[in-house]
Parts: sequence; C-alpha cells; structure tokens
Amino acid sequence: MRWILALACVFSAIAQTPETEPAPVGDPALGQKRFESQCALCHGQDGSGGRGPNLRRPKLDHAPDDAALRKVISQGIQPEMPGAWQLSPREVSSVAAYVRQIGSAPQEPVAGDAAHGEQVYKSKGCANCHMIAGSGSGYGPELSDIGARRSVAFLRESIVAPEASVPDRFLMIEVVTSSGSTVRGLRANEDTFSIQIKDAKGQYSSFRKSDLKELRKLSGKSPMASYKDSLTQDELTDLTAYLAGLRGKS
Amino acid sequence: MRLACILLATSALSAQVPYERIVNADREPGSWLTYSRNYLGQRFSPLTQITPANVAQLKVKWAYQFDVPNNEVSPIVADGVMYVTGPNRAAALDLKTGRELWRWRRPIPADYQNIGFGRVNRGPAILGDQLFVATLDCYLVALDIRSGQERWSTQVADYKPGYSMTLAPLAYRDKVAVGISGGEAGIRGFVDAYDVKTGRRAWRFYTIPGPGEPGHDSWKTDAWQTGGGSTWVTGAYDADANLLYWGVGNPGPDWNGDPRPGDNLYTCSLVALDGDTGKIRWHFQFTPHDTHDWDAAHVPVLFDAVIRGQKRKVVANANRNAFYYVLDRENGQFIAGQAYSKQTWAKGLDDSGRPQVIPGTEPSDEGTLVWPNLNGATVWFSPSYSPASGLFYVAVRETGATYFKREADYKPGTFFAGGGQRELPPDDVWGAIRALDATSGKLAWEFKLNSPPWSGVLSTAGGLVFSGTTEGNFFALDAKTGKPLWDFQAGGGIGANPISFNIGGQQHVAIAADRVLYVFGL
Repeated sequence: MRWILALACVFSAIAQTPETEPAPVGDPALGQKRFESQCALCHGQDGSGGRGPNLRRPKLDHAPDDAALRKVISQGIQPEMPGAWQLSPREVSSVAAYVRQIGSAPQEPVAGDAAHGEQVYKSKGCANCHMIAGSGSGYGPELSDIGARRSVAFLRESIVAPEASVPDRFLMIEVVTSSGSTVRGLRANEDTFSIQIKDAKGQYSSFRKSDLKELRKLSGKSPMASYKDSLTQDELTDLTAYLAGLRGKS
Repeated sequence: MRLACILLATSALSAQVPYERIVNADREPGSWLTYSRNYLGQRFSPLTQITPANVAQLKVKWAYQFDVPNNEVSPIVADGVMYVTGPNRAAALDLKTGRELWRWRRPIPADYQNIGFGRVNRGPAILGDQLFVATLDCYLVALDIRSGQERWSTQVADYKPGYSMTLAPLAYRDKVAVGISGGEAGIRGFVDAYDVKTGRRAWRFYTIPGPGEPGHDSWKTDAWQTGGGSTWVTGAYDADANLLYWGVGNPGPDWNGDPRPGDNLYTCSLVALDGDTGKIRWHFQFTPHDTHDWDAAHVPVLFDAVIRGQKRKVVANANRNAFYYVLDRENGQFIAGQAYSKQTWAKGLDDSGRPQVIPGTEPSDEGTLVWPNLNGATVWFSPSYSPASGLFYVAVRETGATYFKREADYKPGTFFAGGGQRELPPDDVWGAIRALDATSGKLAWEFKLNSPPWSGVLSTAGGLVFSGTTEGNFFALDAKTGKPLWDFQAGGGIGANPISFNIGGQQHVAIAADRVLYVFGL
C-alpha cells in the first residue's frame, strides 16, 4: 500500500523547492488549524500519534532543526509520508511552529513499573507475535521504538482494544479456495489479479483471485485478542510503561 | 561494438517519415508514427494477429532499461527502429533486439523545478528525418533520426517562472506543435507551432485571452495574468479540416477561486485551432470556474459516427471532472454527455453541456469531501476508441478527496495552488477499465482494478484492450466483454500508454513499467 501512495505522489504532484530565502515567521494558531485538517489523520488530532509518529516530544528523528522540519512538512518522507506541497511557506512555517509548541509541552507522565512490565510482556506471550530489538516473532507490528511513535494512551488502548486502531499493512484477509478450504491471515500484498497472505505461523500463501471462491477483507479485525480480561490494572499500567520506554536504537 | 551498431543503424534507417505516411497511418498498421498512432487520437491498432484466442501465449521478447524511474513514454516505431524518450533524454532502439542505436541527453539545469508534477516525458514525435523532443527546461529539440544529433533547438518558454514540458510533440504537415506544463505555478498557458525545418515559431495561441480578445471578459480581475491554462497533454489533428484539437488545463490558483471570479476561459476547455495560424475556431468549456484542478488534460478522440440518424464528425472526451462528452468537432456543439464515474459535484449537464453545479462543493477552510479527487476520474493517460467495436475505452480512477482552500500569493517560480486535498484511505479507492458506447457514454462493461490506475489504454482490431495497473500488472481484456484474458507482473508501477506494432511482420505490444520498457509477442 505504501508504495502506491509514493507512486501517486510522484505521478501527481511533488514540490522540490529548495529554501532559498529566510522562512516566514510561523503563527502556531494557524499551524494548529492546518495541522488538524491535514496532518491529524496520521499524527492524531493532538499530535500524539496514530498511523504516524507521536510528535509531542522535543526531538524528532527526521527534523533535527526547524529548516529540516519545514522540509519534512512540505516535501514529506518517501515513501511513508506525503508532503503538504500545497501549503504556502507561511503555512509551512506555522505548522512547524505548532509542532515545536506541542513538542516542548511537558512530557506525558508515565505511571507504572517498566521493569515489571517487561516481565508481563514475557509471561503473557507478547513475543509470540511481536519483535523487540531482534527478539520475538514478526507476525505483528515491531515494537522496538513503539514508545517514540505512540502516546501512552494509545498504547494502553491497543492492549485492551486492539481493533480500535489496526495499523496499516495488517489487514486481515479470509479466502475460500476452489477446493473449499479457508485460509486466514494478514495481507502481505495485493494487486488486481493476485493476493499474498501470511498466516500466524509466518507461512505465505499466494492466490490468483480468479481461482478463489471468496475473498473477504476483514477491515477493523485484528489477529490480536483483547488483553482486557487477562491483565490486572497494575499489569496493564506496567506493560504500558514498558512499551512507552521503547525508543529504538538511539 | 559501437561501429557495429552504427552499421546496423545505417541499414535500418534508410527511410524517412513524410507527413503523407502519418496522415495515412492505416496503410502501414505495423508502424506507430504519432503519439496516438493516428492523428485522430484513437490509440487503436488495426493489427489482428494477437486475438482473444492466443493472447494468453504472449511472452516478453525484449526489455529496455531506462536510467530514471517512473517512465511514461509512448514510443514511436518506424522502419525497424523504436524511439523512446525520458526527461531531457531520447534513444533509438533496434526494433529486433532492443539494443540502443544512439542516445541523446540534455542536462537538466540545477535550478530547474518541477512544480506540481514528476520529472517525466511522454514521448517523441517524428516527421521527415527528424525526431522532436520537448524538454523539462522548455526547449523543443529536433534530432537527426539517423544519429541522434541536434538539428536545432528552440526555447519555447523560460522555465524559471514555472513553465515546463513533459508532453510528446505533435508533428503535422510542416509544423510541430507543443503545449506546456505549469498550471500550479501561475503561468499563462499557450499552444505553439514551430517550423520543422528552421525551428522558428510559426504561431502561438494563448489559452488565457488578453485584453480586447474574445473571452477576456470571463476574467473579472487581473487574475488572467497568472491564470494557468496549461496545455500539457498532446492534442489531436483533423487533417481534412486542418484543425488542431487541444485540451486546456486548470485556472490558477487551483483550489481557491476567490481571486478569479468568472468562467476563466479557456481553462478546463477543449479548443479547436487553425493548423496554419493557431487562430481559435471554437471552444467548449467542460468545467467553468474550476476549483478542483480538473484540467481538460486529455487526448481529444476524433471519429465519425451516425448519431440520431445523422452522420456526425465528432470529438469525444472522458473528462477529469467525471463526465463523458461528445461534441461536434466542426463547431464545438454539445451532442451528448453523461457521468462515467462517481461524482458528487454536479446534478448533471444542461442542454448545452454546462455542468449544473451543486452548491457547497467548492474547497473550504475545513475541507469539502468531493468525488472525483484532484487527479480526476481519468487524466493524462490515453483512452482508446475502437472503430471495430464502436466503444470508447477509458481507465477510470474511483476516488474522492477532502479539498482544502488555502492562501495563494503569486511569486514567480513557486507553488500557486491555493489549497490541496487529503486523500481517502488506500482500501477505500479503486479503479476500472470502462467501455463506453462512444456516441452516448453509456456503460457497455467494466473491469475492476485494485487501485486507481495511471496507465493508458490500447484497443486492437484483434479484439483486445491492453492496459496496466499501479501495482505493475500489464493485462489484456476481451474488447467486447471486458473479460480478462492475460496478465503479466512487470515488477514496477505502470504509468504509461501501450502501443502495438510489427517486428518482422509479427504483431507486438509494448509498455513502459517504471524503469523498464517491455516488448511482448507471441
């Protein structure tokens, strides 16, 4: 899916305008308006992350300084983030000013015992589907830097209600083959004529669509069960604290 | 190695391509001598060897790798040679093997900017012993077809304020016509024709009329000076009437119509121009006062048909705004039209073909959800008309978008767009190849695609329709029913137009897919 987006950008509209003159002064209030209409779909209404990373933090991986931040906003990051090429320089500066404003707000306090949360992670079998720093299984999303990409509230909700926000590239598919057997798994890839599915054991299956009796896209379904009833409140808080502390390599 | 190539080239390249060969394209169906094969813009091949019965046996015969991605070329095939282009580049390929015979490059200036589109080129034109290439930095270049060396190059416009060229030129009689890109940079659009021998400009038609010219009163303010009206897709030519037909792009700023009250002629229109003088004969505006970037950036498709008992010379257009139009090509009169894709901005067309716009569908500060999205229900990639089936085949993009209205301050060489769009999630959008009754636009069949396409369509007298997908499938459908008969995974997204031609008397089909041009045969 990602590269479709990237292609669409290349074919339709890409600005590659270098910054040749001083950037206009940004207005954070205008920036917030633009952010909420054009950035919030991925970064969350308050910038705390969604499909895209949490921006409520002082350091952003792709934007070490304000010029880099403006460039990311206007040109995007290929292939995962489309550029807001249609914004004027003043609007870009304003969005950048707003992003810096929410990034310098006091950090969300993280309650709970992260060390105990790591024990919960191990004892509950999370590693059977998730990978952290090279350990575990890669069926579900990698969590090595999940604390940098998602807010505490988002992480907590993902554990108790995984289907509230199923990440991109984790669409559940169910097909019925010509012989009548049912195959369920995550969509690895799809085009007009074929679909590739990965099951929970990590096995890939590839089907010609014309050979299938049925093809169902289970939008909003997650292979992950809710842990609402299998964790105590303390375990949930500690597990969330552990995940919130995962910041990747840096 | 090189010497061998040159020797080979000498034997293959003895012929010339005079105007008479192009205007009589059906006399040599094994060649592909102009962008759409014939001047009528039909992208139809009269070849019949590849059929629904044997298309499943198609195989790759050779491939050619470009040195840049996202190739959109529609090649020219003449006398044993295929001519391809890319951004500021061209090459001649041996038709039997795909081996390069010569290549030509022109440096892209370091300060060149592509404002609102990719760094691409959609193909060359051929006439006499010259190949014509339009460059990103706005030069029209004539190359010697035997050597690839420059005969002349002419500056069409200054690229610094935002003018550019990505289209295949249209060579006709003793002239070569080009249009320009730049509709997101506040340019004033035009169509130009140049003398093929000298490279001197023969005429220029401004798509935004100046003071005192007819149509100027459709601009109520000075906004006409930065009014857009690009001409970035190759036109069609009626040789009998000596008329060029050319689609005109969106007004600027794209998504903010406030600074430019009025219909904004001739943006989002089709214009018919005298081939000798460039004087306008008639115009038809598809989207008056457009605020969604719905350029009429399409190849006009000319054909003759009996409509309501009358023989008519018509021009058809499946427009970016989601309506299909049939116009009388002698006077621009509206004959028929209807939506061919989901649209939520107009109740329909009135008796003159003008859209009945639904209030509240303009871009807004908080965003307005409208179908189709800014790329339109279809866009630059070519449709196809088959005289054999009477159907008009078009690759359709089924996607809406949330449109925003934003500030727009004109500064030369920068974005002058006044807004933009937020796309729908990838799994909520799709595409189709649709076959329409060419005289009415009524749907005959559709073949659904996994995502909105960027590939053009070719139809053949063998009874096939070829097209491609964004995920790299190149495929053939039954032209009568739309049934899929063959597909090939090309390994890169397809955003180009297919062609068909003969190699040694055998029919082949070619398509560019990202970095690779494939040639298929039985």
